[in-house]
Amino acid sequence: MLPGWLIVAASFSYLLVLFAVAYFGDRRADQGRSIISNAWTYALSIAVYCTAWTYFGSVGRAASGGIWFLPTYLGPTLAMSLAWLVVLKMIRIARTHRITSIADFVASRYGKSHLLGGLVTIIAVVGTVPYIALQLKAISSGYGLLVGELGALRDGEGAVDSGWWTDGTLYIALTLALFTILFGTRHLDTTERHEGMVAAIAFESVVKLLAFLAVGIYVTFVLYDGFGDLYARAVAEPDLAGVLVFDGTGSIGYGGWFAHVVLAGLAVIFLPRQFQIMVVENVNEQHLRRATWLFPAYLLAINIFVIPIALGGLLHFGRGTVDPDTFVLTLPLAHDQAALALLVFVGGLSAATGMVIVEAIALSTMVCNDLVMPMLLHVRRFGLAARRDLTGLLLGIRRGAIVVVLLLGYLYFRLAGEAYALVSIGLISFAAVAQFAPAVLGGMYWRGGTREGALAGLSAGFAVWAYTLLLPSFAKSGWLARDFLDAGPFGIGLLMPEQLFGLGGIDNVSHALFWSLLANIGCYLGVSLLRAPTGQEASQGTLFVDIFRRGESVPTSFWRAGAEVRELLPLVARFLGERRTRDAFAAYARSHGLSGIDQLKADPELVHFAETLLAGAIGSASARVMVSTVVKEEPLGLDEVMNILDEASQVRAYSHQLEEKSRALEAATAELRAANEQLKELDRLKDDFMSSVTHELRTPLTSIRALSEMMVDDPDIDIDSRQRFLGIIVSETERLSRLVNQVLDLAKIESGHAEWHNTDLDMRELVQHAVETTAQLMRDRGAIVELALPDAVPSLRADRDRLLQVVLNLLSNAAKFVPVPGGKVWVSLGCDGERIRVDVRDNGPGIPPAQQGVVFEKFRQGGDSLSRPQGTGLGLPISRQIVEHFGGRLWLESTPGEGATFSFELPLASAAADQ
Amino acid sequence: MMRKGLAGQRLVAVFLAGVLLFDFPLLSLFDRPLRVWGVPLLHFYVFVVWAALILVIAWIAERGAR
Repeated sequence: MLPGWLIVAASFSYLLVLFAVAYFGDRRADQGRSIISNAWTYALSIAVYCTAWTYFGSVGRAASGGIWFLPTYLGPTLAMSLAWLVVLKMIRIARTHRITSIADFVASRYGKSHLLGGLVTIIAVVGTVPYIALQLKAISSGYGLLVGELGALRDGEGAVDSGWWTDGTLYIALTLALFTILFGTRHLDTTERHEGMVAAIAFESVVKLLAFLAVGIYVTFVLYDGFGDLYARAVAEPDLAGVLVFDGTGSIGYGGWFAHVVLAGLAVIFLPRQFQIMVVENVNEQHLRRATWLFPAYLLAINIFVIPIALGGLLHFGRGTVDPDTFVLTLPLAHDQAALALLVFVGGLSAATGMVIVEAIALSTMVCNDLVMPMLLHVRRFGLAARRDLTGLLLGIRRGAIVVVLLLGYLYFRLAGEAYALVSIGLISFAAVAQFAPAVLGGMYWRGGTREGALAGLSAGFAVWAYTLLLPSFAKSGWLARDFLDAGPFGIGLLMPEQLFGLGGIDNVSHALFWSLLANIGCYLGVSLLRAPTGQEASQGTLFVDIFRRGESVPTSFWRAGAEVRELLPLVARFLGERRTRDAFAAYARSHGLSGIDQLKADPELVHFAETLLAGAIGSASARVMVSTVVKEEPLGLDEVMNILDEASQVRAYSHQLEEKSRALEAATAELRAANEQLKELDRLKDDFMSSVTHELRTPLTSIRALSEMMVDDPDIDIDSRQRFLGIIVSETERLSRLVNQVLDLAKIESGHAEWHNTDLDMRELVQHAVETTAQLMRDRGAIVELALPDAVPSLRADRDRLLQVVLNLLSNAAKFVPVPGGKVWVSLGCDGERIRVDVRDNGPGIPPAQQGVVFEKFRQGGDSLSRPQGTGLGLPISRQIVEHFGGRLWLESTPGEGATFSFELPLASAAADQ
Repeated sequence: MMRKGLAGQRLVAVFLAGVLLFDFPLLSLFDRPLRVWGVPLLHFYVFVVWAALILVIAWIAERGAR
């Protein structure tokens, strides 16, 4: 037994140490040298999950059900394995939107709804205030155990039957309220982070772990001879067989086990204190990485000795004499280890106080931001608007809320005492906060959730939870008539709270979890799907779901401008204080490259910034309301709509014009390209022509030069040869001048510079003249010319010399190709009334089809190079040019081996004739 | 970024493995009156699997930190 004063002194000394740690943490934070900015502190602070319920209750649970205390810790282990995916997203969302509580998270996601925030707050308060009471009870009964007698406490009756003012628990509660107020509401911070408090919580986690390990090692290795010895003794006791197998009591089964794992997994994320520590108080996202394994490792460490202590207690005291929940204290006491018992008590104190402090801060933030502020805004909007500085009011509300929450907890503890409702509150509380899961997780991964859906889901889940878990716990405590529990309300068996619709065979927690989550998810999905999300829900939904995709960019604002900086600044200052607000706005101005607040323009981005700042202090829904008092959200007027339409049509007209211009440009480009191609082709033709001409000129020049040189070099050359050479030179010179004449001719005709001397002419006379002119040539070749002339043809207006040139050319060509001897040339003239046609046919070798097109090209002669007769290769091209000049055409028909027929025809009424 | 990558998938796999290992029917296989170093098989199994899971999570999380 220990004297009461010693325990009180130890307790308050411990609390003083806690104050010191928190004070140190805050000091360091103010200096910018945070002591909580490391992953170890973060992971340890998450261990606030382990409350007095863990500290004392686990052993009790193990003593009655073996490993059934474990789902509460396996669930969080599994949940933490997904923390890097889920919790990281929550942290990022909360940081971006300055979300400071789980109520604010839900409210902000579904269109910044006051109603939702309020509902979540109420669920959290109803679900967790009894949990606070449980912590107070643990402290109280621990104290009673240490001072009182073992026997008096065996059935757990509290030692407190004197007046409330003598109850140490009240003073503990008040001290905790003081601590929470000092370190939880020191000032209004836009991020709502409390470094000193987190440092203290991490410290408490170390204390409770060390204390529990101390008693565990003492029981296992001092009182007994290690794990093996304990188990060996337990196996020997038939009474303890149930502790060693899975379901010794045989009441819950594997389904219940699974439900408990799920429940604890959800609770570790959605309990208000866990949200506060894991999400709101997170300094650096990277710390979460280590917490994903360090926190489960902490849970493992604090649970290793649970079964040994339970077995040790059962072996020592036997079943039914001492409450197994108190084994951690009673075992050392029974062996006169007073110092160890005191250490264990301090450990329990740390487990309880840690939970109470964080829960009180989380609840007070929610109550202030999502319950009281909206009401004040609603009821006394104008009264609030009139007050200049509201920071005091806000802090007052928070501090009041903390005191009220702790006193409510104390009151519940005094009223409930040893009632079932208090003892079983751990899992009941878990089931309450599990109701947040559909709205929060749905909101983070599904854009379609609506405000009504979340409201319906939360309400339905909460109602079913209250009916199937809370009310029965009241009935079991004797506060309600039990027949409601045993026979159902009004005797309706189907509505029995613990066997709803006849669902039996599972334990009450699994039963409640199933029905409440079914109602919750069903209503959330069903009602959400009734309508499409509104603009604001959709925009918030996108901001939440795509938080990782947005990066650090400022989200698009809901507001269309219409605010003044000189209105926004004082509004924020009223809630945050003048200095902090000016600092925040100045930082904002600097980040946008402006020199100071004066240069800020009240664009939507600044309005959004102000709203986010306010959201940190008073919650997103209230921030929206407050900002809307100074921001005129201008509706779109008719003029504006017309302007927009006008602009749009102008833009469309411009774009139409542009399209047309670009089409025209494309066409022009195509034309230019074609012209360019043509020019290139002409250039190529010119080059070909030049090389052909020079080639043709060189051949006669070469022979003239060669013969001339021979005569110069050799004066003794005889006269005959000399005569012959001179003849060749003359003929070659003639050929040369003919060639030059023809080239000039062709160039003139092609360029249109040729002179045409048109006269009325008779084709009969022209053809006859041509045949006579070539008669000597034909005779030389031994060829016979047959002439077929009609009696009369209409006269034609053309250049006589040119046409004669054409016919002569055709005749001399024919003469060149006819066989020697036996050559024959047929010349005929015809007229069909519109055209005059001349055909010149020979019985030569003919022209193969492949060559028929080629012979009309310049310098391309028919026949192979050996049998090719002399000629310039310009005759036919020139003839064709002449004929075409008079609007006629010149063509060739030939079958190889049967000779060739060159024909041309000329229109009688030629358009070009008068040129 | 570890979120989308291999580590994220590994963590999900560990989660699923944990759900399987800690629940019916795998859990029921170890509910036998056997003892390992004096410790009942069930208790031994749960704690060993738990520790193994934590080690695997730690390996994944700390590896991703590099």
